[in-house]
Amino acid sequence: MTSLDAMTGPEARLRQVEQFIYREARLADEHDYDAWEALWTDDALYWVPAGGDLTAPAGRMSVIYDNRSRISTRLAQLRTGRRHAQDPPSQLRRVISNIEITGEQDADILAAANFILAESRERGVELWAGRVIYRLRQAGDGLLLMAGKQVLLVNRDQPLPTLAFLI
Amino acid sequence: MPADGSGPVRGRAAGRPDYQRLIEPARVHGSLYTDPRVFADELARIWYRTWVFVGHASEVAKPGDYIRTSVGLQDVIMTRGADGEVHLLLNRCAHRGNLVCEAQRGNAKSFRCPYHGWTYRNTGELIGFPFNQGYGGKGTIEAELSLARFPRVAQHQGFVFGSLAADGPDLAEHLGEAAGELDRLARLSPEGTVELTAGWLRHRTRANWKLLAENETDGYHPQFVHGSIFSVTGSPIGALYSDKSAAVTRSLGSGHSENDLRPEFRKAAEPMRWFGTTAERVPDYVAAMRAAHGAAAGQILIEGAPHVMIFPNLFVAEIQVFVIQPLSAVECIQHSTAVQLAGAPELNRRMVSQSVGSVGPAGMLLADDTEMYERNQRGVAMLAPEWLDLRRGLARERTDERGLRVGGATDETGMRGFWQHYLRLMEAA
Repeated sequence: MTSLDAMTGPEARLRQVEQFIYREARLADEHDYDAWEALWTDDALYWVPAGGDLTAPAGRMSVIYDNRSRISTRLAQLRTGRRHAQDPPSQLRRVISNIEITGEQDADILAAANFILAESRERGVELWAGRVIYRLRQAGDGLLLMAGKQVLLVNRDQPLPTLAFLI
Repeated sequence: MPADGSGPVRGRAAGRPDYQRLIEPARVHGSLYTDPRVFADELARIWYRTWVFVGHASEVAKPGDYIRTSVGLQDVIMTRGADGEVHLLLNRCAHRGNLVCEAQRGNAKSFRCPYHGWTYRNTGELIGFPFNQGYGGKGTIEAELSLARFPRVAQHQGFVFGSLAADGPDLAEHLGEAAGELDRLARLSPEGTVELTAGWLRHRTRANWKLLAENETDGYHPQFVHGSIFSVTGSPIGALYSDKSAAVTRSLGSGHSENDLRPEFRKAAEPMRWFGTTAERVPDYVAAMRAAHGAAAGQILIEGAPHVMIFPNLFVAEIQVFVIQPLSAVECIQHSTAVQLAGAPELNRRMVSQSVGSVGPAGMLLADDTEMYERNQRGVAMLAPEWLDLRRGLARERTDERGLRVGGATDETGMRGFWQHYLRLMEAA
């Protein structure tokens, strides 16, 4: 992990954000649930919307709409080894690109990227793709944490196959 | 026998599977889940003949509202006309067969086919065709060329059902004892009204639709398929589906079935336990229910919501509604949404939140069911032992005061009822 101390300026910040996003992707791909969970802030929101409607998520069905507590439950279920939809775990690799810092909100960094993800299971290979919008926060020790991750699947308005891994 | 092979063999066209042989009282043949001929028969005899759930009236609340939905492989537009009535139309232009409606939902008085501009009222009538001199002017072909309308549309508690057959049992007869379960759901609304307005998740499933229909009231699987989430959350649901549970599985007739959990909830006698909460935590809801139902509210809040599978495609699981859409012998789509109860905003928020956690492609319950369906589909394609066994609880099954067959909480009474009805439909003249 990169320390802020050695960096200054917008270029350095972009590099730091990129490195965070790459690491988050790798931890998800490799089912490193403990390290992935440690990336989240206490006010976390992990949101995978369904359909085209991105308004009022609290009253609408989403594929995933996890606060910190539910992220913890989701990971605890995966750790049991008896989450059948991830037993065995999917083989995953995602490519993240088009990373941009898009703004700031209450001192959090807003960043966005595109991704393509290949998932292999006995069922076959699924191709997942979409845009990820991150809300990142500087922790006291100069590291970044994730307060929000929104995954906008390109096919979110179509029927989706089982999505039991960390997207 | 005619040369085209269509002659009768024991009263059926040659090549039609012999369902009497494939469906026995306590076992069914694996080919019922894999054979494309069976699927073709099901389309004709079930999906395009009996009553099929197509949507909820609350999804087209205002005149002009429409949604795209389906019955079997048919693309269906459900509309609310200016007359306030719900209409079911097939999404196919009478000119060249193009889709007339592309949007998933909206509000429109009419649908204009993008191909040649033919325009239909949202009740199906042809009202415009450009350059009409080519047809001899207006008032020539309109009567003959409209969108196809379902000959029969009917509702129960706002659940809209359509039948593509002009004749047959009416909806009340089809629903039979299952109607009371939808009534029980509506009674949980202080205003007596269910709404399905939270949007739908759609989950692509590589399995035959009947594996889902059978599983919906299978009380045997929860502890095994859902053990991971039950253990993590300390959920008491698992115990409701055990050998010690007082809950029962009931065949409701016409292929419908339920897991009746009320015996367990009555024993506990705690209001809102069915929802995994207490009356204190949803005070506004409980107050509204007491205002609406008076003394009866106590029992209603103890007994909770139904867990009922309505043949062939509607499943109400307490706070969720599922719809099964068949695509082929080996693939289907599960639609799921949260129940919303008019006059219960406090409960509605929680029902959406719980449902999002449980159902759909990432659901902590349903993704595991779906994994089982897909593995099951691969299993039934194996050559032997050929049959799926349905005998669980046969020896301890009884007939209740309503004349319905009742088994234990983990018994296959519901599946046996499903297949009995299925056989009747597949063998009907």
